Amino acid sequence: MIILASIIHVVLALSLSPLLIGVINRVKAKFAGRRGRPLLQLYYDLWKLLHKGAVYSTTTTWVFRTGPLVGISAVLVAISLVPLGRVPALAAFDGDIILLAYVLGLMRFMTVLAALDTGSAFEGMGAGREVQFSLLAEPALLLGVGALSISTGDWSLSGIYGSLFSDGLAAVAPTAVMVAASLLIILLAENSRIPVDDPNTHLELTMIHEVMVLDHGGVDLAFIQYAAALKLWVFCALFVGVALPLQMHWPLVDLAFGMAGVFIVAMVIGVIESTMARLRLLRVPQMLVVSAVLAMIAVLWALR
Amino acid sequence: MSPILLSAAVCFLLAGAVLCAMLSRAKAANAIGGIVAVVGAAVAIASAVHALQTGDETLQLPWSVPFGSFHISIDGLSAFFILAISAVCALGGVYGVSYLRHYKGKNLGASWFFFNLLFASMLMVVTAWNAVLFLAAWEVMSLSSFFLVTFEHERQEVRKAGWVYLISAHVGMACLLAMFILLGGQNQVMDFDQLALPPGVSAAAIFLLAVVGFGAKAGICPMHVWLPDAHPAAPSHVSAVMSGVMIKTGIYGILRTLTFLGSPASWPGWWGWTLLVAGAITGVVGILFALAQHDMKRVLAYSSIENVGVICLGLGLWMIGSAGGNTIIAALGLIGALLHVWNHAIFKSLMFLGAGAVVHATGTRNIEQLGGLLKPMKHTGVAFAVGSIAICGLPPFNGFVGEFLIYASAFGGIVGLGGSAPIACLLAIAALALIGGLAAVCFTRLFGIMFLGEPRSEVARHAHEAGVSMRVVLWILAGACVLVGLVGPLVAGVAALAAEDLLPSTGLDIGPSLGLLWRISGASAGLIVFAGAFWLLRRRLHAGRPIEKAGTWDCGYAEPTSRMQYTASSFSWPVIDMFRHVLRPTLTRQLPSGPFPGRAHLTSRTHDIFMRFFYVPLFAMAQRLGQSLRWVQHGRNQVYVLYIAVTLLALLLWKLGTEQ
Repeated sequence: MIILASIIHVVLALSLSPLLIGVINRVKAKFAGRRGRPLLQLYYDLWKLLHKGAVYSTTTTWVFRTGPLVGISAVLVAISLVPLGRVPALAAFDGDIILLAYVLGLMRFMTVLAALDTGSAFEGMGAGREVQFSLLAEPALLLGVGALSISTGDWSLSGIYGSLFSDGLAAVAPTAVMVAASLLIILLAENSRIPVDDPNTHLELTMIHEVMVLDHGGVDLAFIQYAAALKLWVFCALFVGVALPLQMHWPLVDLAFGMAGVFIVAMVIGVIESTMARLRLLRVPQMLVVSAVLAMIAVLWALR
Repeated sequence: MSPILLSAAVCFLLAGAVLCAMLSRAKAANAIGGIVAVVGAAVAIASAVHALQTGDETLQLPWSVPFGSFHISIDGLSAFFILAISAVCALGGVYGVSYLRHYKGKNLGASWFFFNLLFASMLMVVTAWNAVLFLAAWEVMSLSSFFLVTFEHERQEVRKAGWVYLISAHVGMACLLAMFILLGGQNQVMDFDQLALPPGVSAAAIFLLAVVGFGAKAGICPMHVWLPDAHPAAPSHVSAVMSGVMIKTGIYGILRTLTFLGSPASWPGWWGWTLLVAGAITGVVGILFALAQHDMKRVLAYSSIENVGVICLGLGLWMIGSAGGNTIIAALGLIGALLHVWNHAIFKSLMFLGAGAVVHATGTRNIEQLGGLLKPMKHTGVAFAVGSIAICGLPPFNGFVGEFLIYASAFGGIVGLGGSAPIACLLAIAALALIGGLAAVCFTRLFGIMFLGEPRSEVARHAHEAGVSMRVVLWILAGACVLVGLVGPLVAGVAALAAEDLLPSTGLDIGPSLGLLWRISGASAGLIVFAGAFWLLRRRLHAGRPIEKAGTWDCGYAEPTSRMQYTASSFSWPVIDMFRHVLRPTLTRQLPSGPFPGRAHLTSRTHDIFMRFFYVPLFAMAQRLGQSLRWVQHGRNQVYVLYIAVTLLALLLWKLGTEQ
């Protein structure tokens, strides 16, 4: 039954992650008093992109074409490693968080190289910022999971998330709240959302992720956008597991809770994006340091 | 059998070295030097494999040196290091033949003499079973590598680099001498199988002397300052050997010394902490300075320091795990560290040899002048890309395998250890994560600026691919990166043989390590299969559709030039600025001003803070002190005789005083 829930989770993640982007955009549209684009817009975009040819810059090499392939492959591995709330991941083993963090690192590495391959100064800038911000996000993520690991005495993600609230809410609540706050900041930064990055402005110098993929088009862009949606799902699932203290011990019910949680997180992201301005670039590292400090306090609290 | 084979390899290398020296400037010296290294490596590998299959064997011959005996032995740990040393030296030898060919008029025979001498001395270092023999081999290793570093001695910076290396090697040697004298104690026995902590000697002192003395070779911060100067100065195949394996003899030394100090469970907890904190600082400092350099070989040298830091983190976790009585965590840390020794040997020699191919093709080590090299140098570029991913510890290549085990040891330690150990583990996790993030900055920058985009100078525009033998070596190393990433558990099995020999009494629980590694292999294979599948999918989708070529989209700007590209300095500047209190970069700038601005320029340099703020003042002080004692030395023989007489008199009086 549990394995069935895990399989359903992966299937739902693969099929519904583009909808997350739709939900975020719908919430933002409502806040702005617009009707907004269709919820399924990203599906239409992907479908259209998959039917296009390609234009490659003469400057680029195989690195540029490999970037999207590695990105989507890496995120597929990540999806199979991430538990959704109390539903364990498809593949769970001790230390799987390390693999999860590092396959996402590989995705970033190749995206950055693909950006540098175009020789464009804009993409270089985006690439430089991407690696700068993620170097702060990575320790925060691993320390946050470390704190949860101390609280639960387990060190596989599924084990941690499965037993996080089983001893009652009170014992782990402070740790969970701090880790959740830290994870939320990481989620926003790693997925290029406001206040770190603005997914709507394509050609501004303030951009990080979108500017890195400026030169990609057609099938490659479809892969990239789909991979970005899946990556958002990965982080939402990680966040939901800490932020949603519900456990029913019926795998399918837990799965339903998790799914609801993921879409609630998408709405929260929409609210954050509607109510906040993008931070100045110099402030972003400070925000990420806050997330690392939160994770560290969580660790100390858990160790006490 | 295996020690005899190894002795044969060493003798062959020495004979070959002498032959090279005699051939001197003759053309044959170059080819023969390389062949000697390859044959010697084959024999040495055979001895190591034999030793791994049959277990320890020793060879003891009399030697008329006080306390010395020609005592060599190959246990698992020795064999493990022999394999790495031999493989890298053989590949370096093959590569060196074509690399050195364009140094016309240089004494290549001398260079090969020292190369093979270095190879032989490293083999002796990891198999010597007598302290005197060990120290002799160690010294030969330091000196031969010094002469290799100063190959282009007509350049001033090379001489300076050699000088710094010579001094730091001997400061380390002084610590080792003191350490072995303390260990030998009153027993007058210097054979490793009989060395044990004598009564009345503090184990802590031995441990610290080992960390400092061997750390000076390994490049543990703050004894690392020789690396960033020496590696750019040396020819690339020498850098590969020095960085890939020679600095690891420092790690070997620390491990071997620890075997004299009782069982791991008896070691005090702060030893592990010491190595762990040293490793964390070394790793972070190393990679921070790496990403601020403009000289590609300096980048790689600093990255070696970082990787030694990672290895020390693993060793620290091993010791902390052992002290806490958890053999699983101890095994994860130790095997992770040992695996990283091999992995670093593979990808770092790959990177140095790749950098050598670029230097060969363009004549510059300054990455700001390069760009777009992937087009003229396809093979070197692919190998360098594989190496860059591996060196960042990213799956699916070999770098991840070792780092994963070290990480896993730390995560396991959080859960499985008590006392202050979880804090140490969290420190290790934070340090590893930060190192990983910084390494990604460093190597996307290095590869991206060198190989991608458009050429930034004429030399880069006219680059050419390396020769066949250089390419073959690069492909072998890149293949090894991929292979070890896929069959990590098998390689970990060899590391486990070394680890078991290191700690026969306590036993290591390596089952869980291997189990986890198989999953990593599975994930790596999955990544490669997925990427292949998506490649096929894209090819299918693209079939019959227009695939066009156009310029890079630059926001409608019609005439982009290669100088408008992002530079290496601008790529890493935000990170350098974030860590400016550590890195202390210096900026010289002339900003454009006025309605008709003239020339403007901006230069950023990041020099080693330990050199600037610690060693330079320290040695300046030593020099001042020496100056103030100059009056003792004025060249009159009569006065020197007086000194001797006074000294003897003082000793006599002291002796009389103590006898009463």
